[in-house]
Amino acid sequence: MRETEVLVVGGGPAGLSAAIEAASFGAKVTLMDSDLALGGQLIKQTHKFFGSKNERAGTRGFKIAEELFKELKEREENIETFTNCTVTGYYKEDGVVSCVKGEDEYFHVKPKKIVMATGAQERIIPFPNNHLPGVYGAGAVQTLMNVYGVVPGERVLMVGAGNIGLIVSYQLMQAGVKVVGIVEAMNKIGGYWVHAAKVRRLGVPIYLRHTVKEAIGDRFVEGAVIQEIDEKFQPTGNEKKLDVDIICLAVGLTPTCELLWQAGCKMSFVPQLCGYVAQRDKNMRTSHPDIWVAGDAAGIEEASSAMVEGRIAGLGVVKALGYGAPEEIQGRLEEYHMRLADLRGGEVGAKIREGIALCSVESWEV
Amino acid sequence: MSNKQDDIIICRCEEVTLGEIREWIAKGYDTFDELKRVLRVGMGPCQGRGCRDIILREIAKMTGKPYAEIPPGRFRPPAKPVKLGAIAKAGEAE
Repeated sequence: MRETEVLVVGGGPAGLSAAIEAASFGAKVTLMDSDLALGGQLIKQTHKFFGSKNERAGTRGFKIAEELFKELKEREENIETFTNCTVTGYYKEDGVVSCVKGEDEYFHVKPKKIVMATGAQERIIPFPNNHLPGVYGAGAVQTLMNVYGVVPGERVLMVGAGNIGLIVSYQLMQAGVKVVGIVEAMNKIGGYWVHAAKVRRLGVPIYLRHTVKEAIGDRFVEGAVIQEIDEKFQPTGNEKKLDVDIICLAVGLTPTCELLWQAGCKMSFVPQLCGYVAQRDKNMRTSHPDIWVAGDAAGIEEASSAMVEGRIAGLGVVKALGYGAPEEIQGRLEEYHMRLADLRGGEVGAKIREGIALCSVESWEV
Repeated sequence: MSNKQDDIIICRCEEVTLGEIREWIAKGYDTFDELKRVLRVGMGPCQGRGCRDIILREIAKMTGKPYAEIPPGRFRPPAKPVKLGAIAKAGEAE
């Protein structure tokens, strides 16, 4: 059976960072990603990042991916990479992990330590005819356009005015697609002001306290009905029919954590982090002594914090494996914790800080 | 109105509607695992990634329990369908 010191599940911003950090101390790392290419969501993010310069603010997402790939390449003698390879199971009895590469190649790996950086999945909301072709997740639309160069249709209703809804709306317009309107169930725009301002300047209406009532169509989307809702999210009776062929759902993400459940990690439901997440100590170790977690899988946040969490998890793992000088590891950990606190500072980080407090433990009993 | 709601497909992989789910919750099958056994929700290619959250919310709504108290169900390997042939081939190799 294949063996490795550190298995990193997921090659997005968190997983790449964890792999690079662990390999920089000499650990042998195996990095697996279910997608055809590494980089996770970064490779489709054409917008510039916010935050501090330390965390690459002002750089576009796909450029950040390129920087991480460069670092990965510098450590290639210590990092073995598998793409198009899904980790399908964790078996508690013997700590063996099952994987399938492509459709036909099934194999087992026995890692000493694991970093779960499995990311997130898009939420779907129920409404009549939401199964029709033409109803997409916003992330899926972004992948289609920015990775594969395919526009989804001609006229779009965007559901959700958080950052993803606003950014993807803008990118649809850059691709020549008409965004007919954006509906948002809350009474205010959830995303950053600059993103909202960009689409408003281009004349896209944002309907607050509105939701999609139903999709119209027989074999594919031929229209949508939106409706106004009150403070209790009940319909007021005001409705409007929109002529669209695409309904794009940007209604939130939820952490992908099947493998953590399979491993028996202690889990908590934390609404601030958008779903069930693993309880963790300061250095991202779960209740399972050999499993760490990082990035969106540990709670929905930004790629910037995912990268720092990945670094912290990578350090946690090498420390447990006995690599590196303890002072050096401690020094780096302190720096990363400071950077993470910076990213989560102020009013914008309040929700995340609350959520993390709900699933953090001081240390695990040994 | 209610008919249109009932026809919404919640589990896309196994084509299970909101109406069917509500009917079984009303009969007392008010956990995800029970619904999975009677309706096959969450047993298709996506393994519940799309429907689990919606079903848990529906159970919370109908039973009046908070969402956080509804058990999310058991997670078993494999996290996505794997061909039996691939597993058999791997077994021969080991």
